Amino acid sequence: MTATVDAPRGDTTPAPRHPLAPRSPKGPKRRRAKGALTPWMMLAPGIVLFTVFMAAPIFYTLALSFQKEQVKGLGLGGDSRTREFAGLENYVSTFSDPEFLASVGRVLVYGLILVPTMLGLALLFALLLDARRTGAKGFSRVSIFLPYAVPAVISSLLWGFLYLPAVSPFYWIFEQLGWDDVPSLLSPGLVIFAIANIGLWGGVGFNMIVMYTSLKAVPSDIYEAARIDGASEVQIAWRIKVPIIMPALIMTALFSMIATLQVFAEPMTLRPLTNSLSTSWSPLMFVYRDAFTRDDIYSAAATSIIIALATFAISFLFLRVVQRRAFGQED
Amino acid sequence: MSVTTETRAALVPELAGSASRRAPKDARVPIAVGSTGVLLLGAIYCLLPVAWVLIASTKDASELFSTFTFAPSTHLWDNIVDLTAYRDGLYWRWMLNTALYAGIGAVISTYISALSGFALAKYVFPGKATVFRILLMGVLVPGVILAIPQYLLLAQVGLTNTYWSVLLPQLISPYGIYLARIYAAAAVPTEIVESARTEGARELYIFHRIALPMMGPGLVTIFLFQFVAVWNNFMLPYIMLGDDRLFPITVGLSGLLNQGASLPAMYTLVITGALLSIVPLIALFLMLQRYWRVDLAAGAVKA
Repeated sequence: MTATVDAPRGDTTPAPRHPLAPRSPKGPKRRRAKGALTPWMMLAPGIVLFTVFMAAPIFYTLALSFQKEQVKGLGLGGDSRTREFAGLENYVSTFSDPEFLASVGRVLVYGLILVPTMLGLALLFALLLDARRTGAKGFSRVSIFLPYAVPAVISSLLWGFLYLPAVSPFYWIFEQLGWDDVPSLLSPGLVIFAIANIGLWGGVGFNMIVMYTSLKAVPSDIYEAARIDGASEVQIAWRIKVPIIMPALIMTALFSMIATLQVFAEPMTLRPLTNSLSTSWSPLMFVYRDAFTRDDIYSAAATSIIIALATFAISFLFLRVVQRRAFGQED
Repeated sequence: MSVTTETRAALVPELAGSASRRAPKDARVPIAVGSTGVLLLGAIYCLLPVAWVLIASTKDASELFSTFTFAPSTHLWDNIVDLTAYRDGLYWRWMLNTALYAGIGAVISTYISALSGFALAKYVFPGKATVFRILLMGVLVPGVILAIPQYLLLAQVGLTNTYWSVLLPQLISPYGIYLARIYAAAAVPTEIVESARTEGARELYIFHRIALPMMGPGLVTIFLFQFVAVWNNFMLPYIMLGDDRLFPITVGLSGLLNQGASLPAMYTLVITGALLSIVPLIALFLMLQRYWRVDLAAGAVKA
């Protein structure tokens, strides 16, 4: 079963540029000519898989997004449908589709609710874990991180039941208190908070761990010096710890924003439990519906490209921060 | 699967080492009630749905909607029997499928990442910077956006609705390669590679016997990342698979929930299924906790 993995058949392995090409002076001196192939052999499985499952689909989507299906005559018979060049038609129709724009709007609101709440709580928890006088650290750290092990479908399912008034403990409490008309979190106006809560539950622990890890990397004598100068723990947290882990905060913010753009599993799972979620609630649901319910892969391709470009625009920042920091230790 | 043994071998020194590395508890500092309380509230929030599913799965279909949410009942075993009986044990087949997609898939993916990362970190060759830059762009391409074109391409070679259609696209992990490069650069000293080479060791021997064990802890992290990514990826199997005997747990349970809308007895099956599916995951997480030391900003995995 590993045949596809182990034997990349060597066909697509790009040849080293040329033996006469100037070689980096840092390279090991005794490398022979045949040794130059070794790194390419090691990279071959990765490159083949990357080409087949990432590069090819991207170019294929790009090609589809500029095409449309033309029906000739009555549209009967196998040859009556042909592909035609459509220019930017699909892009124009996506951008002028009110349903798409509404889904983008919802995702932006969803992100505005989720990202600041999630990162704020993650930072708070990370700082508390790092504070000297906090107790029950091990238990809390593990408990808060635990939801990361639960996939979005399962967590949506669990919360979905907890939102159902017939099952939910919250509604039981409301009933005991005599509040009869508490609106369901699954009602149209509130369902966005219901989904944001699922995202928060699944993501806060991971982001906390990322921040906590970078806090742990700071030598503690910095804090000792501040304490001797009379700084309080809160001052140390705000004035020293937060600025020091700023790169981690930026990264977690970028990753979280990218993830919110792609929300799909949560609303898809909640749909059987509520009538408040349309089939085009999020941009990816919109793409899914175009491709599989409406059989319009051309339009779905154009929308995918738009989402990918938006993601790239956001991620561009990520690369700039990361590349400068990551490869200092290499020769 | 020689990889599994390699990884396990690499795990042992890490397990031994980490216990002694843990800082001694400072008993003189008094515990602050406020900060401990806030943190515990967070913990309770995170444990709440887990506690709920644990209790809900002990109820039968009528109790689910009638008794108090957190009042346990005695029907857990009956529910498990019912779930097992559902379409001749289809649920357990979903479990095995998930283990295949996420477990085996992540092991192979980690091996490929390690191989590529080692090549990028420890060899100097023309085109290296270009290859790395192209792979790095892949980190930014969201997998879900690839799912539909991957479906269309695999449909042309007749591979949709097979195990391959879910397994193969998730073997490539640009983020894994990126982490493996950082890890190989930091954990495998160039002098050791050089001296092994002087003694006549073959390049692949050097990789398998010297580099892989040194990269061990980092590879466990890459494995966990990939495992979670596959296990979490709902869209790809949802699109690729039509035959429910090939479903992973997530797609299977979401289908059961859909049936529940018209057949409420399904809800107990869904809830019991959800519980049983997260138990092994939580166990794995608790066991491998120490490998989650991720500093995204430095792009680094701390060991």
